[in-house]
Formats: sequence, structure tokens, C-alpha cells
Amino acid sequence: MRMRDELIASLEKLKSEGLVDEAKEARMRKEIDGPLEHRVVDRHYKPKELPGLYNHSDMEKFYDYKPMVTPEMNLKSLEELLKRDEQREKDGFPKKIRLGKIARPGIGGKQKIIVVPTTQEEKFVHDELPDPEYDDSEEESDDGEFGGTGDEGEGDILGEQPMSPEGEGEGGAGSDDGGNHDVESNAYEIGKILTEKFKLPNLQDKGKKKAIVRYKYDLTDKNRGSGQVLDKKDTLREIIKKNLGLGRIADIDRVDTSSLLIDPNDMIYQIMSREIEFESQALVLFLRDYSGSMWGSPTEIVVHQHLYLYSWLMYQYKELVETRFAVHDMMAKEVPDFYTYYNIQAAGGTKIVSGIEFLNDIVEKENLAKDYNIYVFYGTDGDDWPDGSNKLVTELERMLGYVNRLGVTVVGNGFNNDSDTEFEKQVNDAKLIETYPNLMKLNKIGHDGGEDAIIEGIKHLVSEDGKGV
Amino acid sequence: METIDQHTKGIMEECKKRAADAGLNASDETLEYLVTNQDLLKLSPKIMIPTLYDYWVHDIQVHQENARYKLYPNNPYETVINSRPPISFYNDNNPDWFNIMIFYHVMAHIDFFQNNAMFKNTWNEDFVGKALADKRRIAGLRDEHGRMVDYVIEFTRGLDNIVGYYDELADLNFPNEVNVDPKMKFYFDVFLQDVKEVTSSEFFKESERYNDLVRRNPDVARSIFFAEIQTKYPEFDALYEKREEKKYKNLDVIQFIMENSKKLNFEENRWMKSVMQIVRDTSMYFQPQLRTKIMNEGWASYWHENLILKDERIKGHEVDIARMHARVTAIPRVGLNPYAIGMRLFEYIKMIGDTGRNSFEFMKLKDIDERKKFDLKTGKGDELIFKVRSDLTDYLFIQEYIDQDFVNQHKLFVVGRKPDYERMVWKYYVKSRKAEDYKKMILGALAHPPDIQVNRKRTTKNILYLEHNYEGKPLKEDWIHNTMLGAEFLWDGPVVLKTNDVSMPQSGVEPVITPVIYKMHKRTLVKKEL
Repeated sequence: MRMRDELIASLEKLKSEGLVDEAKEARMRKEIDGPLEHRVVDRHYKPKELPGLYNHSDMEKFYDYKPMVTPEMNLKSLEELLKRDEQREKDGFPKKIRLGKIARPGIGGKQKIIVVPTTQEEKFVHDELPDPEYDDSEEESDDGEFGGTGDEGEGDILGEQPMSPEGEGEGGAGSDDGGNHDVESNAYEIGKILTEKFKLPNLQDKGKKKAIVRYKYDLTDKNRGSGQVLDKKDTLREIIKKNLGLGRIADIDRVDTSSLLIDPNDMIYQIMSREIEFESQALVLFLRDYSGSMWGSPTEIVVHQHLYLYSWLMYQYKELVETRFAVHDMMAKEVPDFYTYYNIQAAGGTKIVSGIEFLNDIVEKENLAKDYNIYVFYGTDGDDWPDGSNKLVTELERMLGYVNRLGVTVVGNGFNNDSDTEFEKQVNDAKLIETYPNLMKLNKIGHDGGEDAIIEGIKHLVSEDGKGV
Repeated sequence: METIDQHTKGIMEECKKRAADAGLNASDETLEYLVTNQDLLKLSPKIMIPTLYDYWVHDIQVHQENARYKLYPNNPYETVINSRPPISFYNDNNPDWFNIMIFYHVMAHIDFFQNNAMFKNTWNEDFVGKALADKRRIAGLRDEHGRMVDYVIEFTRGLDNIVGYYDELADLNFPNEVNVDPKMKFYFDVFLQDVKEVTSSEFFKESERYNDLVRRNPDVARSIFFAEIQTKYPEFDALYEKREEKKYKNLDVIQFIMENSKKLNFEENRWMKSVMQIVRDTSMYFQPQLRTKIMNEGWASYWHENLILKDERIKGHEVDIARMHARVTAIPRVGLNPYAIGMRLFEYIKMIGDTGRNSFEFMKLKDIDERKKFDLKTGKGDELIFKVRSDLTDYLFIQEYIDQDFVNQHKLFVVGRKPDYERMVWKYYVKSRKAEDYKKMILGALAHPPDIQVNRKRTTKNILYLEHNYEGKPLKEDWIHNTMLGAEFLWDGPVVLKTNDVSMPQSGVEPVITPVIYKMHKRTLVKKEL
């Protein structure tokens, strides 16, 4: 493949320049040998559960009973659960409630952020045998065995199930995921819960720039009697109403339109009016490293943390936040929405400066720094492909020139846990954090980091020196 | 919750009579309640037992990840519970024919609960009544000790899937008529196995030696037997005198902790043991249902079909019945339906019994045509299925009776699933039509709690040593921490678990098994490879 050849060529070049040691080379090779395509796979979508031995009961089979839980019930439970968890911490036991996180496309293209409170009753139970670590065969290995019936012979295909909700057509997974226990709220409410549960600091300094108001003109308002464009449906409705009142319509199913009285005041028009398109104060740029080394839990941690950050900011700025999302491997690109940002899969080599530079260019070209308070949150495993230059530091300094805050999260990817990563080395050598203590914050999370580590990280990323962590 | 109306109750009683005529012996008294969807929402976390103790996880509907049935196989939405008298639940507003069908189904369930040997530990008491008393006790303890009660419940529940169910059944099923000579018992159960650690063949040789003596000289067999032992093992008599009786009853983890934890045996903590007992008893009650799902639903479906076809009260509704029956017992195109497999297996077993195919004659036959025609007309089909209903579990049921004829007759096959990333779909395909593979697939899907025992030799006054007897599957790793944390709290000392890590370096190769030790001490878990 062409891309793979390019990556190999880069690696060889860096090796010859002496920039890459053995361990580093091994990790880079892993990225090259891994998958190279970025698919958008819904992180949480699971196809409908197949009938099994234990998910049947008389109630369900005879009466077609489907267990249902109302959202109100869940919101209340969430508060209770959180209170209980606080008490557990005081008693010295690990917290039991996890706030899961799902971002799903909602109706009309809006993002639905769904928080799923989960708890487990841990016991000693059997697990499945693990998947083979190294699969020589071209074939993907089987994902489970099931019963079935039919005339087909061995090897015949029976059918398919989509891997993402879009594939399911209307309805989708939202309505039927095993009981619909989700708490559906928008990001604002989640942000509120997070702020309260995790005692996140409130952003004191919301920046110097005042809210921008942009207007637009649109034909949305209606007016009787005069205007730009006649709204035929509403007008007809008014005319019929008046005529009915006057008794001029004998049979509503057979109306003689030529005999209707038309009052000029019954004509409804649409008029051009000025409306506020949006107000906002802040622009948040989310960037994440989606190179091959991020595969698996490092990505999970970053998207989880960014989801919480997104929600928290919504709450802080009372939704007056604009957000944009970008991803990078050896090159950077912008993605259209949070759903894609959340779900696009990791692959390919790593060049951190590509992402930083990309954002800097956007800000410059669109002159965003003039009007907005800008925040950048970036997640990576720090395992950059070195290029022997100082470009990364230069671009970071360029960014620090306009942001209110740059929050970087470095996640362990299982291979680089003990030492400083490439990224950190460069940042430390240039003393960026010391020079810009209130602008740049960096937090590190191990590759097995749980919700607690993520929240602690957030606290650090948004802290103001003197207050917070 | 109301009971059903008189008219419906009358229908039910008639069903009972006909079921009894067919050979089902469900008890005489039964209770039937109407439930609304709201009632079900409240009852289901309590697995339909209205009197089950309160626990905060029950009150809160929390989402449990996909595939939760693998981790918690007890399905709460059943219509009949194994109590005395048996209680069953019905939805309101159903036509008579529908109720008749359900009643037959319920009667067969009750017959199953009361006759299958796996349920023996539930035959002597009314669980619902006991649960009520337990619930009140726990509520009282909550008043006194507050949230500590919920922690004890939580930590005991962490160990409640590994209760000593089979041990308890073995005790219950020990034939009463057999008076065991304690010295004989000590010799065979303890001396030979644990002290001398003889091989199985030596063990059997000894028991044959005794049996031989009994055959030849029943009156003096015992004395001769022990005289010979005295010569061979002079230390035996002394050991027998010194034996500690109690030491050798096998206790499960919860029982062991209850009996031996220093903390729990302090006066002020004794109440915790009541809570643990209640949690354990509740779990024991549900154990048999976990192991007989396929048989139970199959039995109930077999009989509701059988009896309803003979019931003239459904006249005019044959199509409705057929439709409902098909819906409940259809074999899914992909997936498993215990109602479907269970019912068809019972039909198959009846056929085997009636035609005499469980005879040696048939097993000797190799010729396909002759096998097809084989029919001894023994009429013993019913006898066979009733015996199966009494004696088997799902494992034995499947293991014994699923064969190629059955698989072919119902066109069953094993389905595999592969991801297709180009088109972003899961592809389902036919993996195998062979009976051994189909059987293996179902056996693999059966509920299977791990076998974890207290290792008495390695447990000290301070350290609780648990051992996982590896049966082919590793433990779910991320749950080990919290489960052991709970065990440490109750034991009040370090807890050690010996188990195995399993890895698959490559597909198609045997998995690599590495023994590991987990140690939980002062709420910190440490893992070490052996």
C-alpha cells in the first residue's frame, strides 16, 4: 500500500538520522503494521441481542412483556446514587457508580449525549477465553457461536446485522438497548451533574471578549395583511375558518372555492425579520491523536475525558460555546461533529505537530482569536515520530499566543508508561509549562486509568493557579 | 395485587384435574395473582418474590452492560415461583383459551419444581414465607446498624454465586436407610484419600475387599476387615480416635467465613452472620433454576401443547392457540430458545422410549434403514420422560440426548459470526451441522459458576486461602478486586485467591495457562505469577 510505503520510508530516514532507538522503532513499526484506515464505528452500538438460553421468560414470551424504565425515574436515581457513592468514599470503599458516556446522533442531526449510570455486582465469574494475540490468518476470527436452523449447508451465509445505528434505518438502537435505562439529558445537564458530583471549579475568568452576537434575516415570522411572501396554507386555513363561521360552507368535504369570501385581513404573509443567529463567547477546539498507537484504551480515555469536558463547558458557558473538532495522525483534518470525533477509529503513524499547526492555521485564517476566547484540549499518548526539528515547540508557542487555556492529556498506551514520552520531552526541554503556567496544563493518565483518574485530570486541566488542584 | 376472578379460577381448577390425569403431580393448593406492568417493574428486581429483602441495587434501575445474562443468568420475568403454595402471575384481560394454555404451562412448571431432584433443597419449606421473615429481620437490623447492613449484603452477594449447592444436595440425597459406620466412613473418606493419598485403583481394591468379605461372611466381615487394616496400618486406630468430626464437612466460602472469621464471631458482630445466612439461603433457593432452564421450559411447553390439544374448551380457537404456541416455541433462525430445544428434546425422548431406542439392541445397529424402521413399540415413552424430568439437569439432558438424528430432524446448525469491515456489518454463516459441534455450543452457553473452594490446608487463622478449580475458563479479571475486597471485609484478614491466567498467543493453538495468586490485604490487591 502506498501509505504504508511512505511510512516505512519515513521510518528509515529517521533511523538513518539517529533519531530513533530500538524500542521506539518497535512502537513505530506497530503503527505501520496495524490497520491504516480510519473508520467511524459507533463506539457503543451493539446490534440487537440474539435470543439466548437465559434472556427468555414466560412473561416475555406469552405476554410480550417488555421491561421499560422512564427517564424521570432515572434522573432521580442518579442523584441518590451519587449521594450513596460519596458516603462509600467516606467509609473507605471504592465508588460503585460509574457514569458511562455515549454520544449518539439524535433526531435532526443533533447530538444526543446520554449518560448511563451503571453499577455492577461483582462476583467471581467465568470470562470467555481471550482472543488470540496474533492472528496469522487473513480471516477475521469468529465473534461467538450461536444456534440456528435452516436448510443451508456449511459455509453458507445466513444474513447480516449492521455495525452502526445508521445501518438500521429508522428506529435505530436508541429505543431498544436491553431496557432503555439511559438517562437522556443534554450536555448542559450532564455538565451540571459533573460540576456538582466532582466539585469541578467554576471558570472564574471567562475571558476578556464579550459575547458576540450575529444576526440573520429570515422569513420565519408571519404577519396578517401584508408582507413579502404569501403563506398559502395558513391563508387558506383562515379563509375557511371565517367562511365556516359565516355559514357559507354547507359540506366541508365539498367546498366550492369560487364561492368563498376572502377578507384581506385573512391573508397571512411571511416577512423578513432579524433574528439572533447565535451568541457565543468561547470557542473550544478539541483535538485528538488518532494514530495506531492510540488504539484501544488510550482512545477510550481521551474521548471519555473530552466528553466530560465538552459537557462541563456547556454548563459553564450556559451553552454559549462553539466547538470544533479535529483529529490527526501524520496529517490533521477537521471532523464535522462530536459523533464523528468520538467514534472515528485510530490508525496510522503519529505526527503531533500536524495537529497543532492545523489548528493554528485555522485560527489565523479565520481570524478567530479576535472575537473568541479560545480553549484547546488535546489528547495523545505522546508517542510522537521525531523529526529532529523544533517545529512542535514553535507551533505550541504560537498556540499559546492566543489561547486562554491549552489542556493536554497524555495517556499511557501500555508501552511507554515508565518514561517521559517524546511529546513531554520536547515540552519539558522548552520549559513551556514553567513559562506559561496559567495557559498550559498537562495531565498524565495511565492506560488503565478509570473514571477517577479522568476526573482528576479534568480538575487539573481547568484549574487556575491558587485555586483548584 | 389481586387474585384472579372466580371464573378464571374455575378454569384453572379444571386444568389442574386434567394435568393430574395425565400424570403431572402438581400440588393441590395454588395461588394466582394478576399483575400490571407497574407491579412487574417492582417485582422483577426481586426475581418475582414479593417478600425478598430490600437492597438498594434492587430499587434503582441501573443499566447493566450488554450480555448481562451471561453474568447474571437468573431471568426475573417468570410467571410462576417455587413456593408453597406455588404462586403464579398473570396479566389481566386475557381470553379464556389463552388462560387455559398458560395454566397448563404453569402446572407443568410446578410439577417440575416439585419433582426434579435438583430442587430438593427447596421442598421442605415455603421460601416466600421465609423470605418475609428474613426481610423483616434485615429491616430491623438496618434500624440498628444502618448502612453497615447494606455493605454486608453487598459483600456476601459477591460470594453468593459460588455457594455449596451440590454439597448440600449430596447431603440431602444421602439415602436415609444407609447407616454409615463412622469408622468405615473415616477409613474410606479421610484415611485412604487425605492421609494415605492412595490411587483410585487401590481405593477400589479396598472397597472390593470389604464387599467380598460381606458376601462371604456378613456377620464377621467388619471385624476381619478392620483386623487386616490394623496389621497394614497400625497408626489407623489412634488417628481414628483423634479425629475431629466437624473438620470434614465441606463448607463453601460464605459458610467458612461465617464459622471461622474472628471479627464475625465477636459478640457485637454476630448480627452480620444473620445477614450473610439470609443472602446465602436466598442464593441456594435460586440455584436449581439456574441449572434446569432448558428442561423446565421444555417440560412446560411439552405439556401445554399436549394437554391443550385434548381440551375441548378451546374449540374455535385452534388457530389462536397454534399461533401463540408457535411464537413461544419457535426455533429461532439464529440464536437459542430454551422452550424450543427443551420441548423438542422431550418429544424426541418420548419417541426413543416408545420405540425402544434406548435399548442396547438399537445402539448395536449400524444400518441406516434398519435404524429408521426400528420400533419395539414398548410404550415406555412416558415412563422415560417422567424419569428424565425427575433426575436430570440441563447439562445431562443435552449431553445425553442430542444426537445427529435430532439435529437433522430439526435442521439445526451452529452459526458463526464474522465482522465485515468493508461493509460495516456482522455476517452470520453456517459453521457446522454436526451434532457434536451443536452440543458443544449449547453446553458452552449453559450457566457455569466457577468452582472456588477454601483450601483448608493453606488457610491459617489469619489468611483465607481460596482456590479456583480451573475448568477451562479464566475468571473475569476486573471483578476480582471488588469481590476480594468484600471477602476481606468479612474475613477481616488477608484473602488469597489462586487461579489461572489464560492467554492465546495464536489462533488454533492450545491456550497458555499460567497459575497466578491474587492477594487482597488492607484493601489493596496484588497479583503475582507463580
